[in-house]
Amino acid sequence: MKNLSGSNLEYTLASGVFAVTAEVGPPKGPDAGEVKEKAAVLKGFADAYNVTDNQTAVVRMSSIAASKILYDQGLEPIMQIVCRDRNRIAIQSDLLGAHALGLRNVLCLSGDHQSAGAGGKLNGHPGAKNVFDIDSIQLISIVKGLGKGIQESGDPISPAAPFFIGAAWTPFGPPEKFRTIRLKKKIDAGANFIQTQAVYDIKRFAEAMRRAEDMGLTEKAAILPGIIVPRSAGMLNYMNANVPGIEVPDEMIQRMKDAQHPKVEGIKITLELVDAVKNLSGVKGVHLQAIEAEGLLPDIINEAGLLPRP
Amino acid sequence: MIFAEWKPIDELVEKLKAHKKVLLVGCATCVAECAAGGEKEVETLAPLLSMALKKQGCSVEIITATLEKQCEFEFVEELIEKGHDVDAVMSLACGIGVQAMADLFDPIPVYPGVNTSALTIREEAGLWAGRCAACGDCVLGETFGLCPIARCAKSLLNGPCGGTRGNGKCEVSEDTDCIWNLIVERGDERGQLDSLAEVKKSKNWSNSRHGGPKRVIREDLR
Repeated sequence: MKNLSGSNLEYTLASGVFAVTAEVGPPKGPDAGEVKEKAAVLKGFADAYNVTDNQTAVVRMSSIAASKILYDQGLEPIMQIVCRDRNRIAIQSDLLGAHALGLRNVLCLSGDHQSAGAGGKLNGHPGAKNVFDIDSIQLISIVKGLGKGIQESGDPISPAAPFFIGAAWTPFGPPEKFRTIRLKKKIDAGANFIQTQAVYDIKRFAEAMRRAEDMGLTEKAAILPGIIVPRSAGMLNYMNANVPGIEVPDEMIQRMKDAQHPKVEGIKITLELVDAVKNLSGVKGVHLQAIEAEGLLPDIINEAGLLPRP
Repeated sequence: MIFAEWKPIDELVEKLKAHKKVLLVGCATCVAECAAGGEKEVETLAPLLSMALKKQGCSVEIITATLEKQCEFEFVEELIEKGHDVDAVMSLACGIGVQAMADLFDPIPVYPGVNTSALTIREEAGLWAGRCAACGDCVLGETFGLCPIARCAKSLLNGPCGGTRGNGKCEVSEDTDCIWNLIVERGDERGQLDSLAEVKKSKNWSNSRHGGPKRVIREDLR
């Protein structure tokens, strides 16, 4: 497998190493120091780091800027792009800029609707006009096109701007029957790697992986299940009830409820989940998130036996 | 139908309070169907406005009329006589009707009394839901007659986003169906799920407002 884009993540996956990605959410202000602090905590513990693009429709430092800050700190970013805020002109322009800055991984997403406003915790901008000129799958096609030296319009660019292209997969969202087909569409459009919505129900995820494998998808793209470190029964309950596509088994919620030290139990559960997905056919890595608690990840990644990173 | 709903009374009062005689005009088509600007609504709103204006110490005479169609100049012309001495007009028609009035009554100000917001169907008594976004490039033939442009919060063309709730509703509202969930269900029932497996290319939006103000000439009708 050739490393076409110059992405370290692509190289890691191509060489058959079980990959680790983590997430760095940009701050709500302009302080590069905040990004650098998170970078310092996580450096060396993952192969690449997702930089979110105004997630939950809350204005944050731009994904491209925060990605560049990470890059300058020696971490490889996965720049996330959502279709909510920019049309195909702006997105392609940003992609060329990102490429010029040395960024090589892109994760293509639809994006939370602007009414989300951090789930009502912040004002957000519910009165904003949304764009959605293209959808996430069309975005993948566009990124792929730039890699071949062609803009969406068909106009050529030179040199080409190859990226290692990522996409998301929500295997348990309704209509569940269509979710594998949609995954295939993303891969057909050009997705090279897939990060999934957080997985807690291993049995169901194994079935979804089997469906993907049966369609030949695991051969064509590297699937990295997402795991969000659980920190309390309340958090698991909340995600189970409110976050589309996240299914938490009742036993796991009960286990966290019964735990004397829920945070320790949450780490234990995370390690068990990593171990379980590692053994699933077709899984090529893991996407670890510890929301507002990135400091937990180095120990978890170490205890999961995933160090040192290549 | 074109769907509209009343603006807040305070906003209307603010616009009218400096005037002496106002013509309040309804339209008997869409806005009557959605109970925002038909004859009934005009005759209900007129006394409410009078009262609210009086409360603010403004003496404004309000006369009323409801046109068969406010979106056609032929009908609007009927009102020129009736409105010859008014110093303002308030229209309860959709934005098309308001502008037809504004053209014919110029330079008398014409204020909108409603907000026009969607192209809807009345699903049941008292419930309207958007059906068309006038995107200029209809895809209903590929989505089993369910519009992903008007009815998906993100106008997605390649299937549902990750925001579909467990019960098949949209991430934006508990009460709104994820239209892609319904498109897939309908396709599945017809045994045609495969037709949704093909990647749909970026849409050409230029035949809608995005291509600039709409202007169509049909030579065969001129």
